[in-house]
Amino acid sequence: MTQPLSVLALNHYLLLSGVLFVIGLIGFLTRRNLIIMFLCTELMFQAAAIAMIAFGAYHGNAQGQVFLIFILTIAAAEAALALALVVMLYRRGSTLDAETWSELKG
Amino acid sequence: MHAMLAQLGHSAGAAAIGQAEVFGSWTALIPLLPLLASIACGVLAFRPSGAKTKWAAWCCIAGLALSFVLSVVLALNVGHGLGHASIFEWIRIDRLRADFAFYLDPLTSIMLIVVTGIGTLVAIYASEYMWGDRGYARFFAFVSLFIVAMTCLVLADNLILMYLGWEGVGLCSYLLIGFYYDKPSAVAAAKKAFIVNRIGDLGFALGIMLTYLQFGSVEFDVIFRQIEQWTAAGMEMSTATNVIPFLLMLGAFGKSAQLPLYVWLPDAMEGPTPVSALIHAATMVTAGVYLIARLLPLFLLSPYALPTVAWVGCITALFSATIGMAQYDLKRIFAYSTVSQLGYMFMGIGVLSSVGGTFHLFTHAFFKAALFLGSGAVMHGFAGQLDVRKLSGLWRVPGWQVVTASMLVACLALAGFPLTAGFFSKDMILAQAFVTPGPGYRLLGWIGLMTAGLTAYYTFRVFFRVFLGPVAYKPGDDHHGAHGDHHFHPHAPGPAINFVLIVLGLGALLAGWVGVGGGHHGWFGGMIHASSANYEVAHEPGDTAGFFGDPHRWMMLASSVVGILGIAVAAYLHLFNRAAAERWRRAILPVAVLAEHKWCVDEGYDLLIRRPLRAMGHICYALGDTLIINGLVALAGWTPRLIGAAVRPLQNGRLQGYGLGMAGGAAMLVIIVWWML
Repeated sequence: MTQPLSVLALNHYLLLSGVLFVIGLIGFLTRRNLIIMFLCTELMFQAAAIAMIAFGAYHGNAQGQVFLIFILTIAAAEAALALALVVMLYRRGSTLDAETWSELKG
Repeated sequence: MHAMLAQLGHSAGAAAIGQAEVFGSWTALIPLLPLLASIACGVLAFRPSGAKTKWAAWCCIAGLALSFVLSVVLALNVGHGLGHASIFEWIRIDRLRADFAFYLDPLTSIMLIVVTGIGTLVAIYASEYMWGDRGYARFFAFVSLFIVAMTCLVLADNLILMYLGWEGVGLCSYLLIGFYYDKPSAVAAAKKAFIVNRIGDLGFALGIMLTYLQFGSVEFDVIFRQIEQWTAAGMEMSTATNVIPFLLMLGAFGKSAQLPLYVWLPDAMEGPTPVSALIHAATMVTAGVYLIARLLPLFLLSPYALPTVAWVGCITALFSATIGMAQYDLKRIFAYSTVSQLGYMFMGIGVLSSVGGTFHLFTHAFFKAALFLGSGAVMHGFAGQLDVRKLSGLWRVPGWQVVTASMLVACLALAGFPLTAGFFSKDMILAQAFVTPGPGYRLLGWIGLMTAGLTAYYTFRVFFRVFLGPVAYKPGDDHHGAHGDHHFHPHAPGPAINFVLIVLGLGALLAGWVGVGGGHHGWFGGMIHASSANYEVAHEPGDTAGFFGDPHRWMMLASSVVGILGIAVAAYLHLFNRAAAERWRRAILPVAVLAEHKWCVDEGYDLLIRRPLRAMGHICYALGDTLIINGLVALAGWTPRLIGAAVRPLQNGRLQGYGLGMAGGAAMLVIIVWWML
């Protein structure tokens, strides 16, 4: 951590984060495949993580990176959980279509 | 009229306020002994081994008899003065003072002697009469409790203690009318008595409150003194002093069964006969008369109060006598007769003959108790038979001579036969009606005289039918057993019943003499003149114009003639020529049937009061309960359901939909934050 980020560089990073987030969001809203939707949420996750580090670097402290570590940890746990769920759902419904499970609305 | 009454108030107040003699707390024993007896009987009634024990009767008789002795001692000590006894402090709130204290004047002691004396006799009678009833001990507990309440009512030195007694006797009346609680008609009669009395008691309660507001006290002493000061100062009376007597009057009319609140008393005959004699003839129903006599100075303040009392009393006397003429139930005839005689008492007080009113109360207690107890003996001996058409010639049945003799004396007294008790007291009232100047008082006198004739007729209708004539009887419904009707033997009354009937018969014969002789209206008149009910219009020679000299002498003659005429008509129709009675009845059939149905007053009340109230109740139920209260509860339940129904479509189970919602929400937040910064 030698030198704080400039405003211009920060804007670039934030733009990247925003683009990634919007791609993830659009993917999540348009696709029905559970695995793809899951990947999209991961994409949004990473977009947030990028914004964290960019701000950390801009302010010249370690907080952003601490957050990143937590996010990665949680993402790993969550990925394991979510993938397990997807596998279970596939076993039950023999399909990955999210529409199949709209019955669960109650 | 105004000036005269103002003057009256003055003279009435003056006698009430003398130097009060202070009595010891031993006077508290008068209500306390019956209370102990009541508690003892109550305990006996709860014994698991059965409530049937003569001990209950002994307790009750002992308590009442001792109370009677104390009452006599008190009467001798009070003499013609005014006494006072403080027992304990009861209610003291700010200026309101209502102690448990006694106001002892001759009126009090006369009432006490009547209440405890008749109470004792009735208890002795009931010890035999009620034997065999499973509620034996309960009966005596209630009777003793009644005496407690009645003595409190009579002794009270303030309106609130009086109200306590007033409600107490009402409660005991309710309990005893409904004594046979497994009999629906008795329960209905008890409820009717209680509810009708509620109307009167509301008036009484309001009257007490208004008295407190007006006089700043509920103690008789203070009220009378204040009235005396006001009248002496010639103060203009306020509206309240005109309203108070009318409210109190409502209470008196309820308790003493006057129009329009008399309907409960005839039904009250569902209770055991000793109760009818004690409570619903001799004592409790006279409480209204006592109330007005006690508060006479207060009633004299309003120029309208006493004329109203007189007219209501007179109309009630006539009205219920006409009903009594057409009834066939022995007890009911005497019940209507009681209503009628109470009407005479009110008329007496209303025409300013407080001596006459209270004297009639005194004599009536004896002969009406004798009549009821005699009827009870008949009912007891003939298995509940009360129909005068199914009883005849009891005089000739062995063992019934004492009953017949005492009934004869009591009937003569009620009919106002010369020299019997009722003769003197009724004469006093009727003569006064012709003497006292007042709105239509002479007409009252004529109506009263006519009613005396009717009274003589219906009284002897009963006597000639039931006790004289050929021997013929049918037992009532209470006759159980394997034998048929032809095996029925009436069982004659025993020694206790006969003893009581003899005593009361003598009373009916002789009680009138205390109001005759030295001074104005004898010993009795002297007693009343020394009490708060002191008032009598002096007869001036000019007032008797149109009559033959002294109004009392004239009236004695006139009422004797009318009474004997009534007896003669009854003798013709119901003794010598019973077929003629039936022919006559058929000739005026519609009137007879209407009178037999009590002029349809109960039906009228049902139509005019009960049904509208019921309809109103239904409307209130529909509007208030169903619509508003139930509606609010339902609204509380429906509101979340409706909101749920509105937002439920949003939860459609599509992940994309939720995502969109989330994204949209987040975007909105961002925009708001952006816009606010």
